[in-house]
Amino acid sequence: MSELAGQALTGFIVLNVVIGLVTYVTLLERKFAARMQSRIGPYYVGWPHGWLQPIADALKLMMKEDVVPTLADRWVYNLAPIVFLLPCILIFATLPFAPGLGVADLNIGVLFFLAVSSLEIVGLFMGGWGSNNKYALLSAMRAVNQIISYDLPFIFAALVPVVLAGSLQMSVIVEAQAGLWYVLYPGLGQLAFLLFLIATLAAENRVPFDILEAESELVAGFRVEYSGMKFALIQLGEYAHMIGTSFLGALLFLGGWLGPGPAWLGPLWFLLKAMLIFLVVTWVRWSFVRIRVDHILAISWKLLLPATIVLLMATAFVVAWRGAGAA
Amino acid sequence: MDTEARRVVEMGYGGNERLVMNMGPQHPSAHGVFRAILTLEGETVVAVDAVIGYLHRCHEKLAETLTYVQYPSIASKTDYVSAMTAELAYVAAVEKVGKIDVPRRAQYLRVLVAELQRIASHCLWLGTWCLDMGGALGGGATIFLYAIRERELVLDLFEALTGARLLYGFHQVGGVRYDLPAGWAEQCRRTVDLIEQRLDEYEAMLERNAFFLVRTQGVGVISRELALDLGVCGPLIRGSGVAYDVRRTEPYSSYEAFDFTVPVETAGDCFARYRVRMVEFRESIKIVRQALDGLPEGPISSRPGVKSVGQVRIPKGEGYTRVEGARGEIGCHLVADGGAKPYRLKWRGASFCNLAVLPHIIPGHKVADVVAIMGSVDPVFGEVDR
Repeated sequence: MSELAGQALTGFIVLNVVIGLVTYVTLLERKFAARMQSRIGPYYVGWPHGWLQPIADALKLMMKEDVVPTLADRWVYNLAPIVFLLPCILIFATLPFAPGLGVADLNIGVLFFLAVSSLEIVGLFMGGWGSNNKYALLSAMRAVNQIISYDLPFIFAALVPVVLAGSLQMSVIVEAQAGLWYVLYPGLGQLAFLLFLIATLAAENRVPFDILEAESELVAGFRVEYSGMKFALIQLGEYAHMIGTSFLGALLFLGGWLGPGPAWLGPLWFLLKAMLIFLVVTWVRWSFVRIRVDHILAISWKLLLPATIVLLMATAFVVAWRGAGAA
Repeated sequence: MDTEARRVVEMGYGGNERLVMNMGPQHPSAHGVFRAILTLEGETVVAVDAVIGYLHRCHEKLAETLTYVQYPSIASKTDYVSAMTAELAYVAAVEKVGKIDVPRRAQYLRVLVAELQRIASHCLWLGTWCLDMGGALGGGATIFLYAIRERELVLDLFEALTGARLLYGFHQVGGVRYDLPAGWAEQCRRTVDLIEQRLDEYEAMLERNAFFLVRTQGVGVISRELALDLGVCGPLIRGSGVAYDVRRTEPYSSYEAFDFTVPVETAGDCFARYRVRMVEFRESIKIVRQALDGLPEGPISSRPGVKSVGQVRIPKGEGYTRVEGARGEIGCHLVADGGAKPYRLKWRGASFCNLAVLPHIIPGHKVADVVAIMGSVDPVFGEVDR
């Protein structure tokens, strides 16, 4: 019983840390984008350099009027943000932040992560459908197209380190990288990491694959009718998903908490690596134009999927030849 | 609207439900107040119903109530993104009907500001067009902010020259209102040098970007025949393989004394129009430098300064002038009745004629292409609706 209580406490702490992190990651992104565009970014709220800007944003969203369209499917519309947010937060449940530090280090952790993270499509589609808005509906259709197309390459790319380590348990995968991070694994590692990053962009609906949001044509896509706290929940979910995937990338390819220095530095190393991946994603976001829906599908089915499958098979051969776990 | 693209889509139509979607007049990429009623089949646009008129403000009627001295400052409100050329079209029409000479220095100053205005206008076009394709938060916003930064430099020049940043009132019948202030020429040279350098950066950023090429090449093709049939002008017709530029075919304001090339691309797609405008940037910079180098001495106006609003009277007559604005040919038809105000004025807006091409080229494209094509046409709705 006390073990359960301990896990519940850890879960509570992780949840709050994640929400805090997500809030401040928006500031990081805005500052980073501002530097790219020769601007300053948030500055005045919480002098200096807008340290209180995320708090102000959250407060503003909480105080906004919550508008429900007259013709919306009320149940679906109101439920969608929660259904969307839940899997995005749940992916943190299996992430270990250091040896023994995490909610649950499942022996099928990677599988759980991949399965749960693709559930967000349900919330997305509910939001798009329930809003009873043509922009939202088109966006929801695009979402289904895109996420189904990109989950496969995403999963196959993530399976490369799994095959190399010979385990689905996240802590085991990290320990297996003690000798050599998988991103440095000759040939296979770099290719897998690159494909993983591309698939990540699409799975997170980030530029250049952000056709769901597509401000210039679909205004705001599936969340065009959402306001106030519901909008905040969707936004929170998107960023949580993004951070979660960054953590997964850092864990699978960049050796998680491994790094020089004493063991207590582990979580910091992990955070640093995840933020590095996040900044790469942001960098891409602010320097590309959005790609069209037919090209997105073509890239996935004609390029990424065959490439990741071949890569996974090659990894399997290498492992069969050299033995699992060997770096 | 029956077009080739539409027929192709119709043939493949399987009898599924179609979605009629309204885009505009309030829409992030409506470029003002354009409304397009799209009929969609999945993601593919089957038909476009273009609705204009949301910005109509009786501009031509207004011109009949204002004197020749007053109206040039208002004329700029037709095409407010490229105000200098709109003013120029009006005063050129008045001068033609009234047979008023313009001193050579004033002609050069007019060329100078017109070309600077073209640079400023194309900066805004580049920024907003990329914004259309990248989304407000996407990669487009980066280019948008860069382009706006350069546009600001040109607007600073205009502010130093006229005191205004958007609508200038720089031209007057018989010449221009202000001479160059001290140090302006050096500031102008520095600005165009900087912009020329930054243009290389933009080209590197865009043309080496595979996603940008995929979004623009082969999208929104205007064939040479269609361009000629509809009378599109400016970068659109030059992107479709017709070397038509009023500055070259019918030189005004001593453009014949300047050395510049008229860029022509044959593909007719969004990328061709982009290339045409990028070359025009550089040609405009070239003309600005020539104008500064060869600026003749002398008076800046053949008429004295403004003493009363009714001081300019034009004898009875009728005339049409055209100038090459940033968006194409701006025409101004003026009928004078001998008084201080025109009897009738008619504008030929470049954007209005260019916009007519949209229903012909959009069907058959995806929704995302609609905004890309619209951005490449670069309409300004003050000029469309007047």
